[in-house]
Amino acid sequence: MSGKLRVATTSLAGCFGCHMSFLDIDERLLTLLEVVEFDRSPITDIKEVGQCDLGIIEGGVCNAENVHVLREFRKHCKTLVAMGACAVNGGLPAQRNHLDLRDILEEVYHTELGLAHGGIPNDPELPLPLNKVHPIHEVVKVDYFLPGCPPPADAIWKFLTDLVAGRTPHLAHGLLHYD
Amino acid sequence: MPSTLLNPILERHRRDGTRLMQILRETQETLGWLPPEVITAIAAAVGWPRARVQATAEFYSFFHTRPMGRYRILWSDNITDRMLGSTELMQSMCRKLWLEPGRVSEDGLVSVDTTSCTGMGDQGPALLVNYRAVTRMTPQRVDEIVELVRAGTPVLGWPEEYFQVEDNIRRSDVLLGHGLTPGAALAAALERGAPAMLDEVKAAGLRGRGGAGFPTGQKWAACRGAEADVRYVVCNADEGEPGTFKDRVLLTSHADLVFEGMTIAGLAVGASLGLLYLRGEYRHLLEPLETVLARRRAQKLLGAGILGRDFAFDIEIHLGAGAYICGEESALIESLEGKPGRPRIRPPFPVTHGYLGRPTTVNNVETLAAACLVAKHGGAWYAALGTRKSAGTKLLSVSGDCTRPGIYEYPFGVTVAQVLADCGAHEPLAVQVSGPSGVCLADHEFGRRIAFEDVPSAGAFMVFDHSRDLFETARNFAHFFAHESCGFCTPCRVGTALVARLMDKVAAGHGSPYDLEELFKLHRLMQGTSHCGLGNTACNPVFDTLEKFRPAYERRIKSLAFEPAFDLDAALSQARQMTGRDDAAAHLSNVA
Repeated sequence: MSGKLRVATTSLAGCFGCHMSFLDIDERLLTLLEVVEFDRSPITDIKEVGQCDLGIIEGGVCNAENVHVLREFRKHCKTLVAMGACAVNGGLPAQRNHLDLRDILEEVYHTELGLAHGGIPNDPELPLPLNKVHPIHEVVKVDYFLPGCPPPADAIWKFLTDLVAGRTPHLAHGLLHYD
Repeated sequence: MPSTLLNPILERHRRDGTRLMQILRETQETLGWLPPEVITAIAAAVGWPRARVQATAEFYSFFHTRPMGRYRILWSDNITDRMLGSTELMQSMCRKLWLEPGRVSEDGLVSVDTTSCTGMGDQGPALLVNYRAVTRMTPQRVDEIVELVRAGTPVLGWPEEYFQVEDNIRRSDVLLGHGLTPGAALAAALERGAPAMLDEVKAAGLRGRGGAGFPTGQKWAACRGAEADVRYVVCNADEGEPGTFKDRVLLTSHADLVFEGMTIAGLAVGASLGLLYLRGEYRHLLEPLETVLARRRAQKLLGAGILGRDFAFDIEIHLGAGAYICGEESALIESLEGKPGRPRIRPPFPVTHGYLGRPTTVNNVETLAAACLVAKHGGAWYAALGTRKSAGTKLLSVSGDCTRPGIYEYPFGVTVAQVLADCGAHEPLAVQVSGPSGVCLADHEFGRRIAFEDVPSAGAFMVFDHSRDLFETARNFAHFFAHESCGFCTPCRVGTALVARLMDKVAAGHGSPYDLEELFKLHRLMQGTSHCGLGNTACNPVFDTLEKFRPAYERRIKSLAFEPAFDLDAALSQARQMTGRDDAAAHLSNVA
């Protein structure tokens, strides 16, 4: 492979915990930067994703904007990775799935005490929530899954170094877990 | 529930928790369901924690912890029933009863739903009404049943012909034409003595007829050789593999042969108790079988001092409650002990640690029946039948697109083409041998042979002609496995559900080549990592049809790009409704 691997990352319906775990590779980040360069990512603050070799998605799909961002990533990234429990399974945000979205909006914006009772926000600037939260593979084709809540820094490191070296990523015992 | 109703049941089963399946079934036959206070009372009586009793009550499809109506109608949902029009008939029944499938009518009168294959493939469409088998459903019969239900006629008062189950024996060989009088084989076995009998079974090359083909003699010898005070013989009559019904016929018309085979096994392994595990779908056979057992006791073929010798053996019948997984021998043993039917971790194997932790030999109905032939005619005679590695004959349950469905007995080594010709299959497209967990054969493979060397079979032989869509067959089987997974291990519990969902996605026209690739991946994963045979084989029908009938899948693929299984724009409907928005950003296209 010539040149550096171009990598984009984003968090959809996630808590940025997976990105924090990513940063936990600590000084190995410098080693990583010798072989990869970052495109759109919270690290670079680039807003639009360009042509990339690798896209890393944290979080599930809970609203229309998530769908657009996810599709942009899929369109621009040769390889797409679901990172963490929410991207892989829907995770914590998907706990709302057993409730009707209308009841949730009603409860939060009308019934619940302490809010301004300003009604359900309907500004066209705001993305609409989906009826249910979905893992990203239900919306686009995903190439690899990196489970964990969050995946440990060592797992992320192993995963990326495998990819860079041209190996199919393989997480051995201890690195592969779902909690 | 008054204790006057519960006590006789508990007494009959000696307040023994290992007999929980029978206690629950008999209680439910009286009450129609298992109310919470009854479960509490049963738990107290058998001295088990309530949660354990509840776990068993909830594991099995035929036990209900909520009321399911005075009439519980379950349509057999095997692909062969569907091919005979069961789906339309069930819809029409639901319409006429103002019912949704799976829901109990508001007056608590009736519920209509589907169940896994009831073993009536040669005389479908079939159903169970309050767990009694009804065969040959027609539109007219649907109308009549609707009237009987509305009128509240007790099931016992329904016309006899509904419950008539035919043998449909189309071809007999040495087993079905055995000509043995009750006791003849047993007398020959007693004459030989236990060690010699065991040697004859080994010499016969008899192999398990449940599909796996394990050498019976080796199993019996291991059981006999295991250190123990007590040993058991278990006859596996949990004939749950869709499309299989040969054991039903053996138990209907050759029960003596089966019980005698169990007794001979008891002699060979040194057991004094045999347990017949009869699938719940064959509830109608319970009383006739009990009658045969009573007669055999009177004839000194069971009990103490059998045929005047120092050999005691008796047989009990346990009824299952609608769980395919109990066909797996260690799950069956769990069920015999009153627990949910989850396969055990093996080793240790049942031959050393089986029922109640004692050495147990679990054999298929047909294997035990065949053991009688070995006892009577000797191992060498039996070994000369069939092929080199598959001695003897095999019963095939033929169903599907053919003019003469029913039971066919052939020496091992018969070609698929021969069976197709004999059963009157017109322009067959495919044959599913040995049920969903078996193999799907295309026409270029019809020269293959039914034998352990080539195509092993547990007995099912489902024929599909050119009018059939093998994608729908595979989808039916995928849902079957998803329903029957016991839930113990993740690859099978989750995998079977994912496969069923993917098949539905493809059926709905949202499939892409990525989804087909995903099916292959799941097949590999489940085959390699599942706890038992159910998960290992659950993808076989999908894998086989993807390989051999790929156009049936490709026809349904509309896009080369990945598509979601759900409508993304519709997924914003509730938010649009609540916000009153309808601007461009309030919509999503379904293509990226």
